[in-house]
Amino acid sequence: MLHYAMSRLLWLVPTLLAMALVTFLVMHATPGSPLDPVAEGANPLSPESQKALAAYYGLDKPLWQQFAIFVGKAVRGDFGFSFVYKTRTVAEILRETFPISLLLGSMALVLAVAGGLTLGILAAIHQNRGWDYVSVSLATVGVAVPNFVLAVFLIIIFSFMLPLFPTGGWDSPRDWVLPTVTLALAPMGIIARFTRASMLEVIRADFTLTARAKGLAEGPVIFKHALKNALIPVVTLLGPLFAAVGTGSFFVESIFRVPGMGRFFVLSMTGRDYPMIMAVVLTYGVFLAVMNLVVDLAYGALDPRIRY
Amino acid sequence: MAGGAVIIILCLVAIFADVLMPLPYTKPNFGRLNEAPTRAYPLGTDQLGRDMLSRMIYGARVSMLVGLLSQVIIVAIGVPIGAVSGYLGGRADLVITRFIDVMYAFPRLLFVILVMSMLGAGLFNIFIAIGLTGWVGIARQTRAQVLTIKQKEYVEGARALGSRAGRLLFRHVLPNALTPIVVAVTFGIPEAIFTEAALSFIGVGINPPIPSWGQMVGEGQQYIRSYWHLCVFPSIAIAVTMLAFTFFGDGVRDALDPKMK
Repeated sequence: MLHYAMSRLLWLVPTLLAMALVTFLVMHATPGSPLDPVAEGANPLSPESQKALAAYYGLDKPLWQQFAIFVGKAVRGDFGFSFVYKTRTVAEILRETFPISLLLGSMALVLAVAGGLTLGILAAIHQNRGWDYVSVSLATVGVAVPNFVLAVFLIIIFSFMLPLFPTGGWDSPRDWVLPTVTLALAPMGIIARFTRASMLEVIRADFTLTARAKGLAEGPVIFKHALKNALIPVVTLLGPLFAAVGTGSFFVESIFRVPGMGRFFVLSMTGRDYPMIMAVVLTYGVFLAVMNLVVDLAYGALDPRIRY
Repeated sequence: MAGGAVIIILCLVAIFADVLMPLPYTKPNFGRLNEAPTRAYPLGTDQLGRDMLSRMIYGARVSMLVGLLSQVIIVAIGVPIGAVSGYLGGRADLVITRFIDVMYAFPRLLFVILVMSMLGAGLFNIFIAIGLTGWVGIARQTRAQVLTIKQKEYVEGARALGSRAGRLLFRHVLPNALTPIVVAVTFGIPEAIFTEAALSFIGVGINPPIPSWGQMVGEGQQYIRSYWHLCVFPSIAIAVTMLAFTFFGDGVRDALDPKMK
């Protein structure tokens, strides 16, 4: 176990380096450079000032050296100044926006796990009856339909037809409801599907039959014997779920005007704010890679049948 | 089956988009901006007075094109890499799987967005971005299939009869590895359609004036309070398309591979 954990931890380093390299190369290959004048069609800067700027940004050094500097700074969380918000560093913006995204993401994840498990268990207990159909169709819609489309429908229903929640903003807990629900629907569907399949398998297993045979009531059979075993494979889902919530937040945050990292990322895409883009991509990448590792290790710890 | 019917209708709309459009999708009518549905404009007009129905019809073509062509690219890259990796084994396999693992760790959509930010918006670039990032899953699956199939007796038999590696791979191994690839492709189509819609939604996908459903939702949702029709119709189109392909994919999987049910 320890050996496996160590090797996985070591593999994280080349993975993250590869991510940084890809991000770095993409940014270098992108047209436009800090040496160009800011206004479009303005007179080009004089060669002297171009040289001075290149020296200032380290652009006169060979590419591998620039990459080394970039990685060195990125490790310390220094991504330089934003191109769009010129007076603020990227790190400042991230410090401000990341907690908001984290709050939204955590709430969505909690809702998704709670809702998904409930739907999945209900569906499995009532297989091929009313509850099963409700839960399966909800799960299918949640998984198949993109969340920005779901957001439009939710706004129409819960802001216009029934004026319960505002269409956007992030000031009071009432504003949190719609974005959280929208972001949670896709992972909820995934969890519900998986829990249903896993529960159905376990309910038919011999040990559940034994539990019933010894006269246990339906409640303890489901919750003490079946659910415990059914949940183990569901844990593996958490990795992809973090990714779904992370990338899903771009769209949800821009539709509901949540001032989080995802919305800033979308704005920096349209503004071609490269330091910002790189920082966000790397932050998400690192976050997800670490989360995947945690999930894999937790899986090994939870399931006694797995040995590394 | 309902999914299949919807897909056929969508394909027909996509193919005959030029004939079906009542007006050119670029034709503005500055006298009638943001108009709700009327008889002249069945789905209303957009911010430039363009006919929403025509734009929706042309959007179907864009979606279908992205969904199908990107799968062709993904299969063309992913299957050979996965097959070679699984068939050769050894050091080549190790290098390829490590590369695939690193690619896998990158969140898909994030990577596509990154590539698009380098290439710039445009239909052709969307193919490149989806192709560059999408082959990984298929390559993995093909490799796993080839690994199990190459140990089967009939492959052994063919090798004993003196077949060369290429013939062995293409005549004996790959045709038997086809089922999971077909299933992966049917699920890959809606994923590609989703990717295009998502990219266009945040403004790095399709280049205007070409309409795309995702872009229409992205632009329309800013005016959702005053002009609901701008984003509701394309939203419905995306939702219906995605559901149709999901049902279709489930059907194909159940039909081809009873084990995966």
